[in-house]
Amino acid sequence: MPQPSNLTSSSIIETRSLVKAFGLLPALRKLDLSIAKGEFVALLGPNGSGKSTLLRLLAGLSKPTSGTLTIGGWELPREAAAVRAQIGLVSHRPLLYETLTARENLRFFGRLYALPANTRETRITEGLERVGLAKRGDDLVRTYSRGMQQRLSIARTLLHDPHVLLLDEPYTGLDQDASLTLDGLLTEAHRDGHTVVMATHEMDRAVRLADRTLILARGSLVHDAPTAGMDALALAAIYTDITGMASAR
Amino acid sequence: MTTSFLQTVLAIVHKDVRAELRSRELVGSMALFALLSILIFSFALELNRIAREEAVGGILWVTVAFASILGLNRSLAMERDQGNLDAMLLAPISRAAIFCGKLVGNLVFALVVGLLLLPLMTLLYNRPVLQPWLLAALLLGALGFSTVGTLLATMTVQTRARETLLPIVMLPVALPVLLSAVRLTTSVLAGGAQEDWLSWLQILAVVDVIYLVLCFVLFEHVIEE
Amino acid sequence: MTALPRTDAPLPAIETRPAPRRLTILTVVTILAIAFGLYMALGYAGTDVEQGNVQRIFYIHMPSFFGAFFAFGAAVIGGIQYLRTRQDKWDTLALAGIEVGLALSLVNLVTGMIWARPIWNTWWTWDPRLTSAAIMVLTYAAYLMLRNGIENPERQKRFAAVYGILAFSTVIITLVIIRIRPDTIHPAVIGPSPQNAQGTFELQATAGVGAALGINFIVWSILVPWTLVWHRVRLENFTQRINALKARLLDT
Repeated sequence: MPQPSNLTSSSIIETRSLVKAFGLLPALRKLDLSIAKGEFVALLGPNGSGKSTLLRLLAGLSKPTSGTLTIGGWELPREAAAVRAQIGLVSHRPLLYETLTARENLRFFGRLYALPANTRETRITEGLERVGLAKRGDDLVRTYSRGMQQRLSIARTLLHDPHVLLLDEPYTGLDQDASLTLDGLLTEAHRDGHTVVMATHEMDRAVRLADRTLILARGSLVHDAPTAGMDALALAAIYTDITGMASAR
Repeated sequence: MTTSFLQTVLAIVHKDVRAELRSRELVGSMALFALLSILIFSFALELNRIAREEAVGGILWVTVAFASILGLNRSLAMERDQGNLDAMLLAPISRAAIFCGKLVGNLVFALVVGLLLLPLMTLLYNRPVLQPWLLAALLLGALGFSTVGTLLATMTVQTRARETLLPIVMLPVALPVLLSAVRLTTSVLAGGAQEDWLSWLQILAVVDVIYLVLCFVLFEHVIEE
Repeated sequence: MTALPRTDAPLPAIETRPAPRRLTILTVVTILAIAFGLYMALGYAGTDVEQGNVQRIFYIHMPSFFGAFFAFGAAVIGGIQYLRTRQDKWDTLALAGIEVGLALSLVNLVTGMIWARPIWNTWWTWDPRLTSAAIMVLTYAAYLMLRNGIENPERQKRFAAVYGILAFSTVIITLVIIRIRPDTIHPAVIGPSPQNAQGTFELQATAGVGAALGINFIVWSILVPWTLVWHRVRLENFTQRINALKARLLDT
């Protein structure tokens, strides 16, 4: 793991006046945010509020228009290469090759993360078991249902054991069983000290899993509070109050 | 902390070849297109045997160019459709290695089709197309097309028009490659002296090197937001 | 609903006065220079012994190609600088350069065709240089198409910069094709013409030819592209400012 160059506090993610604009349309407006190491943060907000944009910035997939963003003391995107191996992203899209099998997909990504061959194979087998795909590992991803692809996508993200997990609505398309599996995986990751940032629409999950809830509206942070002692109904009330919209679920 | 360049390139090539061996969609459609193309040219020029024999160089390279475009579109669409390019960008790998990996894969597919074409054209057009110097020409020509094609296809798959845009933007830029490859092939087939056409081979190689360097440097700008 | 902060995106700062003084001066100078150049070409220079009056078109034909060359060159510089600095002004320069270059290469093609009708006895022939000049024009038309095909403005500028740099290879090909394709019938402007060149661009010893060519070269290769690019950049700045104002209105 890279040694953070100038880690000042226990925070692993820091943004200052972070702005991302698409042309003249601002998606994030001067966001100041600090996320502590090992924290589980739920990111709420209506569609188009900037959740995905923020996650893509944190993942180093897009460059900020202005402001600074550091992960583990490394500045993105300039020093992104140093932290890439520590970040995992579950996106809307599965990011998998349909003409390859699940195992081949994981093997490819394992090679990109320079996992040694024997570790890689054990990790792949373990990963497939964890997401409940052990029996379908040699089937083409093309034959998978949306939910199975999502589960494989989660296995891909966990493959290199990233310290920071970024999840963009990971429950989309998952059935009851798979959702419970994911709950378990996330709880486990959190317990092991991983930092998790998850965009979601589900208030009850946010309250149950996360330490802290952020609400974004039109690119600005409008609510930031710990979830301890809060229930889903109270959070939904705050959400409705702030965004002027009924919560999704 | 970055995965080594060579390892990345190998992983990408291995992945592309593996996917291709399984589906055979890319080389299959390229080869079928190439076969149809030379048959159609053969029919179109049927009335004039001399014209047909003299046009061999042109037909060969136009066919290779269009077949490459077909393959390039598929190869990069595969990275785009599921958002896989993002997955590669997330990994601790050099951006240039992604370019090289895709380039080598595309070059291999273009060469497979080209190697199928040479003996076929020898049969159908009654000219000795299958010969060592022309193999070198094929290698360099396919390298030129794949180089500009990999860069440009990465761009065009991210646009609204997608597949339709690649031939429009690629053919003019690939013109220096096409031009020198056709001249080289035509003079070799005409049985000219080596010193006459060797300069074409050199020009082709120089053009390849220039494009390789340019595309290698520019690639980073077509994938990062 | 809680009041949300507004965007603080700065408006592009541009000159909103009718036109900056230097641009006005340049425009007037260019218009006068075009008139003077035409006088030099049509009146002052002596008539060509072999070709007669039709040779006079060459005073605009050749300089307009170099005008296009410089404009496309400016687009390459704009592209490289945009990729390095990501400042919009460089993209604006690249776009302006390509549009102006396109206009000048059309002038070059059309004047060439008018010249070719009496000299080669055809409007158009599939000569290597003519073909490569036509391909050059099409390449830059493809540039505009690529630009229009991308919605994300930032991606649009990046891709345009990359393609603008690569597209310059067709300009270079058009310049050097006479040397590498000996079968062209197009005469060379600099150095000896190909053996089978038909019609010549070599300067006859008629009076005033050198002066007329020199003046027109300055006019069509330098003044005209410079003025047009400047105006185009200004126009683009206005457009961007309007869009920024619109976005600001929609945002509230």
